[in-house]
Amino acid sequence: MSKVIFSNISKRFPGASGAAAGLAVDRLNLVIEEGTLVTLLGPSGCGKTTTLRMLAGFETPSDGAITIGGRDVTNVPVNARNVGMVFQSYALFPHMTVRENVEYGVRLLNLPRHEMTDRVSSVLATMALETYADRSPSRLSGGQQQRVALARAVVTQPKVLLFDEPLSNLDAQLRERMRDELRAIQLRLGITSLYVTHDQSEAMAISDRVVVMRNGIIEQDDTPLNVYSRPGTGFVAEFMGKANILQGRVETTDESTVSIRIASTVAFTLPRGNRAFKPGEQVRCVVRPEHIRVDADGAMQAKVRRVVFQGAYVEYLTDLEGQECVFLDSDYYRTGVAEVGQMLRLSVDTQPVWILPNNEAADMGKAA
Amino acid sequence: MTLVSQATPSGRTGASPAFLRKIVVDPWLFGIFAVVTLSVLVFAALPIFTVLKQAVITDRGFDLAALVDTLSKPFVWESLFNTLLLGATSAVIATLIGFVLAFSATRTTMPGKTFVHAVALLPIISPPFVMALAVVILFGRSGLITRELLGIRNANVYGFHSLVLIQSLAFTPIAYLNIRGMLQSIDSALEDASASLGASRWVTFSRVTLPLVTPAVLSSALLVFVKSVEDFGNPMLIGGNFNTLAVEAYSQMVGYFDLHAGALLASLMLVPSITAFLVHRYWVSKRSYVTVTGKPTAQTIRISGAAVVLPLSILCYAIVFAILLFYLTVIYVSFTRLPGIDNTLTFDHYATVFTAGFQTLTNSLLLAGIATPVTAIAGMLIAYLLVRKAFPGSFLLRWGTLLSFAAPGTILGIGYVSTFNAPPLLLTGTAFIVVAAMVVKNLQVGIEAGSNQLRQIDKSIEEASMTLGASNTRTFFQITLPLLKPALFTSLSYAFTRSLTTLSAVIFLVSANWTLITVTILSQVETLKIGVAAAYCSILVFVVLAILALMQFLLSSTSPKR
Ligand SMILES: Nc1ncnc2c1ncn2[C@@H]1O[C@H](COP(=O)(O)OP(=O)(O)OP(=O)(O)O)[C@@H](O)[C@H]1O
Ligand SMILES: [Mg+2]
Repeated sequence: MSKVIFSNISKRFPGASGAAAGLAVDRLNLVIEEGTLVTLLGPSGCGKTTTLRMLAGFETPSDGAITIGGRDVTNVPVNARNVGMVFQSYALFPHMTVRENVEYGVRLLNLPRHEMTDRVSSVLATMALETYADRSPSRLSGGQQQRVALARAVVTQPKVLLFDEPLSNLDAQLRERMRDELRAIQLRLGITSLYVTHDQSEAMAISDRVVVMRNGIIEQDDTPLNVYSRPGTGFVAEFMGKANILQGRVETTDESTVSIRIASTVAFTLPRGNRAFKPGEQVRCVVRPEHIRVDADGAMQAKVRRVVFQGAYVEYLTDLEGQECVFLDSDYYRTGVAEVGQMLRLSVDTQPVWILPNNEAADMGKAA
Repeated sequence: MTLVSQATPSGRTGASPAFLRKIVVDPWLFGIFAVVTLSVLVFAALPIFTVLKQAVITDRGFDLAALVDTLSKPFVWESLFNTLLLGATSAVIATLIGFVLAFSATRTTMPGKTFVHAVALLPIISPPFVMALAVVILFGRSGLITRELLGIRNANVYGFHSLVLIQSLAFTPIAYLNIRGMLQSIDSALEDASASLGASRWVTFSRVTLPLVTPAVLSSALLVFVKSVEDFGNPMLIGGNFNTLAVEAYSQMVGYFDLHAGALLASLMLVPSITAFLVHRYWVSKRSYVTVTGKPTAQTIRISGAAVVLPLSILCYAIVFAILLFYLTVIYVSFTRLPGIDNTLTFDHYATVFTAGFQTLTNSLLLAGIATPVTAIAGMLIAYLLVRKAFPGSFLLRWGTLLSFAAPGTILGIGYVSTFNAPPLLLTGTAFIVVAAMVVKNLQVGIEAGSNQLRQIDKSIEEASMTLGASNTRTFFQITLPLLKPALFTSLSYAFTRSLTTLSAVIFLVSANWTLITVTILSQVETLKIGVAAAYCSILVFVVLAILALMQFLLSSTSPKR
């Protein structure tokens, strides 16, 4: 069992002053179920690395407790925690060969000699590194170095595997391949993992759960699908890719639906689930740009303010009766590219529209 | 581990402050830290404070009258003034020479740069007073130049003028290396930019290059000044009536057995040294515009006009000639029966060294051989403790080692004699005390080299080792230390050279059982056995060169090929 539990973890760095005087991590509660991969996602400085390093044991929480597999490790030193870590810079030992790098941790386990060599060779084989085993890491490509780092981290069979932006040193193509490889190996070995990134698409692709953080606080902890399509806050909606957050007014509501008017030419009727709405109430709706399209028969009308040609599509920034609205047009070769100042007729796919929970009136002020 | 969880059963850390936790997490490393810090305090700080105490407190307690009495003696003020005058003059001249050499080597098309470079560094690897010996031989009463060549019968080689000549040449390498490093790390695009804006070569030099190297120039001058204040062998050999503090302190201690006056003079030496050192550390080094990356940027040599290159080359070769002349003279004399009087070739001096004088040679090699690895490994360890682990009490270690570096050898030597002459620290007369002085005096260079290198090593490499289950101590010896190899070798080379050629501190510590080659050379010169002294010097230079070459070979042959 190696379920990880953070209970009420706070971290204050000594000597931090001014804006940073607050907590780097603020009363964080987080559970990583056995064998799952959880990603911490958030803007720079939100406390992702700090959280990860507290689990590794490099930082001590100012308050709260961390358990791994039911054992309180809050005060256990790094080298007694049995965690594996893959670093952004790979941190391979430059004075050792690939094999020696992988062997290093196994040696410390005091295993019988044959078991040690077995383990090392099987990991090298899994990672397709046998041919490079006797090379110095500096003579490997970025992707190969990455695999050595992973091999070294998993060979000791750690309880928890930690990743701090492991792919950010790779170019875009390799990054996607390594991402899938990492995930495949993590699933195969079934190691409980915590993964830090600030790339939302990476987070969604690799995780069982995505934890979006801001200012040391968890904004949302959910499945990748939910974090994207049912964001808990405007911050999450905007962080998980382009989003229009449109202000609307509840017109009518019945047992199963709610009708919201965004502008004189735009209104949605959406299922309301078990949420209650009052007519006249202000709400905010998340409309992803990919769900708006140019449509000569559409009801919605908006004025073009800026046009950015992107190759595969054209990105329009439009003015929807005072609200900004962005959308993408990948049919431009048929309909032509509109010009600034032109009125466009649009239609919205209402099914994926998401009404933000209303508990964050204050939060809105902060975000703006 | 269990200890930790017992200490904080609730899993809260509020009960154990961060600094306590650092200790508990790695008791071994903290143990090493405690031992190292204590050693530095006992062998660096304590002796210096003992001397300071002796300077103001006599057997009758604090005695203001005695203090004022000693302070009002003319030799005190005269030697202080002499020390400062010599230090300032040597600093200015050595820095100028160093600058000319460095500028010519990095910015012009001067021919034979490798040769100039090699010769310019020679003085750094020999005892400074090899120069003094050469000057006596060349310009003395029966000097090869003064008497043989010029027929001057009563040449007076002793005094200020000779000291300035010797120290300027002996300390040139310090300035040369320092300024050269800075010139190399200035991005040449800056000079190109100036030229592209229409500046003439002179304007570029005076408005761009010069201001950028000013910090290195100032720091060189201060370092040479400190070295000059500390120098004992040269003023002793060739100062004549021009007494410096180091010499005066020695004669008060050893000649008149006046511990109080000796201590007071040694304490006075501390003032200019520490002042210069602090100015360097807190003022000059903060004014550096160049971030030294350790990687010299690609340089385009852009001064090739004969009008500039020719005079600079002539100057450089004149300096090179002088240095070579001095060294060759010493080697020549080591093979000469009685220089100036009987110039027949002989191996007698070497025979003397390898028979009657053999023990002092082996002593020196043995003690330096012990001190060298201790200095180097301790230097790396302290660098690691200071840069990577902020244990409570780190400042004691930091300031203890800085103090031992800034303090002149004389005060350290006197301090050792007076601190370790009674139980429980009865060490006078032992080899241990000599080794301790060698280690303490040379520790700081290793610490600096180690710290600089450590800051360039990605911290996560060490963290990776810890997540794999290694303790801090194991991580240091298996990961950090191998990665510090270049700094380790720098420190080994420096420690060996300095330990073998040091004089100012160990002259107070040698005994009948443990005498050292530098001290022997000094007494040979004083008894006018110039030939034997020259033979010792030649052997010393040869041994140092051989060991340095060996270390260079080891470093390059054990480095992984990339
Ligand atoms: N050693 C430290 N001392 C003081 N403050 C620190 C320290 N480490 C981190 N912080 C502060 O804690 C906060 C969180 O930092 P953290 O490194 O966890 O952010 P992050 O989410 O990993 O950001 P990034 O995406 O840039 O890596 C920041 O405000 C940072 O300045
Ligand atoms: Mg980070």
